[in-house]
Amino acid sequence: MTQNRTMEILVGAFMAAGFLALFFLSMQVSNLSASSGGDGYQIQARFDNIGSLKVRSPVTMAGVRIGRVSAIDFDRKTFEAVVALRIDSEYAQAIPEDTFAKIFTAGLLGEQYIGLDAGGSATFLSEGDQITHTQSALVLEEIIGQFLFSKAEEGAKN
Amino acid sequence: MEYEANAVREFAVLEQLARLGRIGIGSLEQLGRGHLLLLQVLAGVSELLTRPRLLLNQLFSVGVLSVLIVAISGTFVGMVLGLQGYYILSQFGAEQTLGVMVAASLVRELGPVVTALLFAGRAGSALTAEIGLMKATEQLSGLEMMAVNPVKRILTPRFFAGFIAMPLLAAMFSALGVIGGYFVGVGLLGVDDGAFWSQMQSKIDLYDDVLNGVIKSLVFGFVCSWIALFQGYGAVPTSEGVSRATTRTVVHSSFAVLGLDFILTALMFGE
Amino acid sequence: MIDEEPLVTIRNLRFSRGERAIFDGIDLDIPRGKVTAIMGPSGTGKTTLLKLIGGQLRPASGTIHVDGERVDRLGTRDLYRLRMRMGMLFQSGALLTDIPVFENVAYPIREHTGLPESLIRKLVLLKLEAVGLRGARDLMPHELSGGMARRVALARAMALDPMMIMYDEPFTGQDPISMGVLVKLIRALNDASRLTSIVVSHDVREAAQIADYIYIISNGKVIEHGAPDAMLNSASEWTVQFMHGLADGPVPFHYPAPGLAQDLMGGI
Repeated sequence: MTQNRTMEILVGAFMAAGFLALFFLSMQVSNLSASSGGDGYQIQARFDNIGSLKVRSPVTMAGVRIGRVSAIDFDRKTFEAVVALRIDSEYAQAIPEDTFAKIFTAGLLGEQYIGLDAGGSATFLSEGDQITHTQSALVLEEIIGQFLFSKAEEGAKN
Repeated sequence: MEYEANAVREFAVLEQLARLGRIGIGSLEQLGRGHLLLLQVLAGVSELLTRPRLLLNQLFSVGVLSVLIVAISGTFVGMVLGLQGYYILSQFGAEQTLGVMVAASLVRELGPVVTALLFAGRAGSALTAEIGLMKATEQLSGLEMMAVNPVKRILTPRFFAGFIAMPLLAAMFSALGVIGGYFVGVGLLGVDDGAFWSQMQSKIDLYDDVLNGVIKSLVFGFVCSWIALFQGYGAVPTSEGVSRATTRTVVHSSFAVLGLDFILTALMFGE
Repeated sequence: MIDEEPLVTIRNLRFSRGERAIFDGIDLDIPRGKVTAIMGPSGTGKTTLLKLIGGQLRPASGTIHVDGERVDRLGTRDLYRLRMRMGMLFQSGALLTDIPVFENVAYPIREHTGLPESLIRKLVLLKLEAVGLRGARDLMPHELSGGMARRVALARAMALDPMMIMYDEPFTGQDPISMGVLVKLIRALNDASRLTSIVVSHDVREAAQIADYIYIISNGKVIEHGAPDAMLNSASEWTVQFMHGLADGPVPFHYPAPGLAQDLMGGI
């Protein structure tokens, strides 16, 4: 009987340890609270070019991650990219309506994310609102192209 | 004379062809038997629910007894990843991302795969040997004659124990690996504590990485237990037959795990 | 005996393993309430016969009836129900090695009845008492000698009070004392609980001692059958050789070979 009891306890400990490990992986290694897509509110932003922005890319404000990109669409009338941003609910009433949305790159080769520059307005964005001021992603080829073009012009002047 | 040599050569070629054919037919037959056995094993699940004690006993021998080897391997693999990752990443000044590298390689690949390989060596071979010996000592026949279905009574609980234990073991492996990597990276090599965790948390995704890892280990648990039981149940009931079956379990499981890992990775992480 | 229908009836049974025919048209009757010995040289498929009767193997052709039910045609459920009324004693005992003696004997009772624990305990102790091993109830199977393991297995085979017990080579590899114990047990159990016993063996002396009827099988055929005395004094040379264990006779001592002189000369 005691042998059975020991076995039960050990199996119980095994299961507990396994689930604890899974819990650790979900909470500590990945970020469970961040990826719970259900809560929060959604706003939109339109960009001429989003570069390599993807769904689930982070949305930050002053470097703090406050949400994620939840959808990316293409508007066939205006030829713009329509990006839906899901902002975590704890950041409600935190984005002024004249906020500036820019697409940045984390490091030289890193992934792209949306950075929000807070404006000065006293009214805040809420569910379904749109950010009007946006700046597109920097595309490396375009920058290099412009650089070469300006050099060539300089050369032509001289 | 020359004619004869030709005939002999022709015969040899035909013989090789026939051998190939026999191997093909034999493997198909094995595959068929394996699937039939699997169906019988799965059909025993209702009986298992009425006797959870059987599952408990097997979880002990399959799960609890494998914890030590999995825990030690996980910790050391994580520590080695921390060390190697640091040397390479520091060349690019990117040692902040050490946590990401350690966690991603563990959760996506090494956790499920190495655990499955260890499982095949530790628990799978033991399962095969146990069932093979039960067959050799007529215990399975004995159960049958006692009007007890040996597949449902002996194989089904072992199968589900393996299926349940594998993802838990893999999670322990990954978790301890991350801690081992943290110990080496942050504790010994001086990577920033906050950066280690925050980079990891921002890059490792619950669904894409952790959940896919769990799915992988569920698949591996299914396949490894299946192979172990099939080899044990089909073993030639002599000591030599059982030892061969045990070896086959380890070899087949390892191949199956590595091959399936490639396919699963392509399906999960390919865009 | 004559008016009662035999418990097991086998007609024109054929069974082969691969290319080799093990049984080639066998007819056999096992009378109720008696000990029937099935004898024959090693490798004649005596164990196979028991497995056929128990429904673990299916014959290529022919019929096997046990207590009026046709074993070779039964579905799994009916077969299992029939097996609950059969006991089988395997050569090795076939005890479950991971549970003690008591649990081994209790196993079929727990499996097939919903009896309360107190009653199971009484039943198991009675069965163990019958084989003289009540004191060994807490031992594990690996702590038992071969003879004791067989006795425990016998207690387990009787646990559900079957109508018939099949013994697979019960005397092989036993010392004279445990052999004597087993002989006595098989006979006593048979008479005490009106069992039908089938003993497969090639130990002529012991089998002849306990059997009421003997079948001798060789090369897939029934060679001869009858009461033990009749068999010992059989007219058939083959039977005489087998029953008395003579080295040479119809079954030659030498494996077929060319003449010795010729063989030796040919080597030069």
